[in-house]
Amino acid sequence: MNQVVFYFLSAVILVFSLLTVTSSRILRAAVYLLFVLIATAGIYFLLGYNFLAGVQLTLYAGGIIVLIIFAIMLTGSAGEKLERPSLNKFLLAILISLIGTVTSLILFFAYHSFPVIGNEIPATVKMVGASLINPGDNGYVLPFELISVLLLAAIVGAIVIAKKATR
Amino acid sequence: METLQLFKILPEKIYFQNIPYLPGFRKMVGWNLDFSTLTRNIHDSLFSFFSPGLASAAEMVIIGLCFLTFFALLGLILVYAERKVCAFFQLRLGPMRVGFWGTAQTFADFIKLLLKEPLTTKNADKFLFNLAPFIVIVASFMAVAAIPFAKGLHAVDLDIGIFFITAVSSIGVVSILLAGWSSNNKYSLIGAIRSGAQILSYEISAGLALLTIIILTGSLQLSEIIESQRTGWWIFKGHIPAIIAFVIYMIAGTAETNRGPFDIAEAESELTAGFHTEYSGIKFAFFFLAEFVNMFIVSAIAATVFFGGWMPFHIGNFTFFNHLMDFIPSVVWFFGKVSLIVFLMMWFRWTFPRLRIDQLLTLEWKYLMPISLVNFLFMAFISLEGWYF
Repeated sequence: MNQVVFYFLSAVILVFSLLTVTSSRILRAAVYLLFVLIATAGIYFLLGYNFLAGVQLTLYAGGIIVLIIFAIMLTGSAGEKLERPSLNKFLLAILISLIGTVTSLILFFAYHSFPVIGNEIPATVKMVGASLINPGDNGYVLPFELISVLLLAAIVGAIVIAKKATR
Repeated sequence: METLQLFKILPEKIYFQNIPYLPGFRKMVGWNLDFSTLTRNIHDSLFSFFSPGLASAAEMVIIGLCFLTFFALLGLILVYAERKVCAFFQLRLGPMRVGFWGTAQTFADFIKLLLKEPLTTKNADKFLFNLAPFIVIVASFMAVAAIPFAKGLHAVDLDIGIFFITAVSSIGVVSILLAGWSSNNKYSLIGAIRSGAQILSYEISAGLALLTIIILTGSLQLSEIIESQRTGWWIFKGHIPAIIAFVIYMIAGTAETNRGPFDIAEAESELTAGFHTEYSGIKFAFFFLAEFVNMFIVSAIAATVFFGGWMPFHIGNFTFFNHLMDFIPSVVWFFGKVSLIVFLMMWFRWTFPRLRIDQLLTLEWKYLMPISLVNFLFMAFISLEGWYF
């Protein structure tokens, strides 16, 4: 059963990733990306990482995609078809992505033997929360705090930009 | 006198066996209180008939069918309730002709909607236009699946339960944006952008209000949240901050479902019907159904987190009273609470005037969000000091 679900989700991810980059309508590309992100959340659920799946759904599917759609809609050219790239650019893009894929595949198969391991460590919300505020070994309190400062800076920046100039 | 003493002395299990009157009563209570025996029986018989793979597939199909039926019935009942409540608030009778007191009216309307032609506008992006109703219905379907309806009647008990429901219902806004944009219509577009801004902002307050109670429960799992209210519901045990959180959640929840007084996304006096202006037939029915089911979801979350879900009204360790309350089945408790909260939301809709978009966003960003943040800290403080029951 798990295998069937896994292959289904992988197929969804592959097909819609391709559609995302090949679609000539930008809003459709955003919707295809939404399907890719939801299917990724499905794979996290399959692995038992429920919290990560929930974050994926809220942040990416519910947040980022809505932001992208908003941005596209506000620019006003959402309905127009993008023009096809020239043949040279097209071939160059294919070449670069092929080089990237082949390099990473060679590296993967050279250094990994792909052993199948059981899902022994359950990742509960409690564990995630505890390690986020753990200052000791395997703790992530420093990155957590740094990211919160970064987010604060982003919020302040956004407000400063959005604020009307008062003179 | 003798029976009263028995209540005090005997522990729970013996108590149930020693009810001297009504011989069939114990059996009935046992059945009503716990659906897990019923679901386990179905599970066992399926697995004894079929191979494990087939049996689990069959289980999924059965659960899916149950939810589909529930979904359709819920929509019909809520639409009827809305029309009746609206009518009574306006001193009318509402639908009266079809069936007793108009009870079959929504069925008739539903059949009419199914038979109508689903129109598509000429210059619309047809793919996105047809996709949008499905996204909205799938999002609310997934959220309903994680709600516990009664003791043992719970399809998936995820360890991130409440987080999952809020995460999944946030996908619905994508479909509203898509529907509005792909209709190729200025009213739809304005409605969609208003709705998107509104849902995104009010999600913050709703999430913070729920987190306020999560501080006390210490778990996101819905079954544990309900179990933690065995000695009393959080709205009573968490007193002041819990009541503030409930009020904030009800305001934010009403806004998230695009219902009045926050229904500027489909304000009929300015935008005809907002984002679903161009939809007709079954596709319109999907949006309509999703709106009512979302109202149910918001009420069910409020009932589960603040009022104990299916947990009967218990007061501390007051055993006699608690057992008396246990005689009312858990399904009745759950649906009773949910329908009260649904009634509250309908009450809001038909008594408050509609807000303007700037008033709406001011209310969220300048009042509700700061209040809920402060309330969150207040609850953390109370939880640290142990000042809750």
